[in-house]
Amino acid sequence: MKYETVIGLEVHLQLKTKTKAFCGCAIDFGKIPNSGVCPVCLGFPGALPVYNKEALSSAIKVALAFSCQIQEYTKFDRKNYFYPDLPKNYQISQFDLPLSRNGYLDIFSENKAKRIGITRVHLEEDAGKLIHELNASLVDFNRAGVPLLEVVSEPDLNSPQEAFDYLTGLKNIIEYLDVSDCDMEKGSLRCDANISLRPEGAKELGVKAELKNMNSFKGVKDALVFEVSRQTELFEAGQTMVQETRLWDADKGLTISMRNKEGAKDYRYFPDPDLTVFIIDQPMVSQIKAQLPELPREKMRRFTQDYGLSEYDAKILVSSKKDAQFAEECIQRYPGKDKKNIVNWLIGPLLSEANFRKSNLHELTINRDELISLIGFVEDQSISLLSAKLVLTQMIDSQKPAVVIIKENNMLQISDTVELTQIITAVIQENEKSVSSFRAGKINALMFLVGQVMKKSAGKANPKVVGELIKRRLTDA
Amino acid sequence: MSIDKKTVKDVAHLARIELQANELEKLSRQLQDILGFIDQLSTLDIEQVKPASHILPINNVLREDKPHVCLTPDKALENAPSKNGNFFSVPKIIE
Repeated sequence: MKYETVIGLEVHLQLKTKTKAFCGCAIDFGKIPNSGVCPVCLGFPGALPVYNKEALSSAIKVALAFSCQIQEYTKFDRKNYFYPDLPKNYQISQFDLPLSRNGYLDIFSENKAKRIGITRVHLEEDAGKLIHELNASLVDFNRAGVPLLEVVSEPDLNSPQEAFDYLTGLKNIIEYLDVSDCDMEKGSLRCDANISLRPEGAKELGVKAELKNMNSFKGVKDALVFEVSRQTELFEAGQTMVQETRLWDADKGLTISMRNKEGAKDYRYFPDPDLTVFIIDQPMVSQIKAQLPELPREKMRRFTQDYGLSEYDAKILVSSKKDAQFAEECIQRYPGKDKKNIVNWLIGPLLSEANFRKSNLHELTINRDELISLIGFVEDQSISLLSAKLVLTQMIDSQKPAVVIIKENNMLQISDTVELTQIITAVIQENEKSVSSFRAGKINALMFLVGQVMKKSAGKANPKVVGELIKRRLTDA
Repeated sequence: MSIDKKTVKDVAHLARIELQANELEKLSRQLQDILGFIDQLSTLDIEQVKPASHILPINNVLREDKPHVCLTPDKALENAPSKNGNFFSVPKIIE
């Protein structure tokens, strides 16, 4: 039987405010343990939490970026459970009246555009950090109370790859908003995945497993791939699934069931009486909306319209905010209306340089105007495209101007016909076989002869001019 | 609503309280009385009253994102039943 994979993701984002969600403790993860704490985040009796204005505004930005409906009336609730990293024995979270609902994120996955629903974006707080020693667990509350956003997707994802692309798209948008670092390895973005299978065409959802402990986007994908095959095997063996939480073990490449001694969880949510309700009216939403930066999708549309980029090229450039900024600066400085040339350089040689150096486009140490002058040398045929790529590498390595490198390496292209004719004559004499093949109508033979001229001229001959000259010479004679 | 011993046991477990058999008996009765007392509220007509989640008619109480002075680790750990360096120490919670 064929099965359909159904995946929903819960993403937690740490907001990068200066201070915690409910108290003025500065957030700084480099600090010594328990130095960024106060009576509020340690849960001392009588301490009164007050929510961070900046966190609320960042949260509304995120919700708006995912086209969520901001709820006019929202409140905080207490989620009650005992765990040593939670000093109050409850987490301040949101239950029945979350900040926002019903948004979406458009992804492009496996050559298909797809809209993934976002159930809700709500506010909560982070817990402390535990270090497990041989005989005890040590607790650091510096992280307790850091503002978190929980972004819950609808079960609209149907493959591990789609889940991966959803996370990449989400991170891209948050990066543009600049409200969270979104670094999974550092824990500023965390992701749990719910996954179940069902026979293709079935309406009801299957029994799900909740996957935890993934610490990279690739880890999420790998865990889901493993889980698809594990659940498929269970289905085929006719076994029933149990709803459970499973931990991903990246080293072994498998998920392990977390034994649950507690039985069903009972969080006994109730409104937190320490915090007032929030009324988020239209003027407030409009004001925050006006502060939203241009988001990737809008930037992509503008790049295609204003600069004539293909959708494919634009997508590559907007996939990082800083790269897009770098690209746009280059494109704007590039003279003339036709930007195709500079764009080809950006997504061609420059991107390969970045990939080769394992860095990003915007991190390349190249002056934008020097890049444009280099492209100019190719356009007026002073140097060949091949040489230009070598110059580019040297420009990034040495930060010397293009013109200096071209002179130093004697790279100026020979377009002078007198000089070229001498070389061509020699090549024709030395390669009689190819000459007769060309005369017999083999175009490839011409390419070979041009190549020989290039070789003889140490790459400096202008291949276009050479090709023309050889053709004329051999057809005239 | 009636409270049986199982409910009291479940609630006690959620609150991490250990109850003796006689306490279970006594608390079941007392909780039943308390709920009965509160149940009087159900006789009120609240058709026109909106649900509330806060007792004061105030909203949007927020603070600026400005750092305050934190406790020193010494001060923060002063009343900890057990500590280790700058950490709070608790019984090991994973195997």
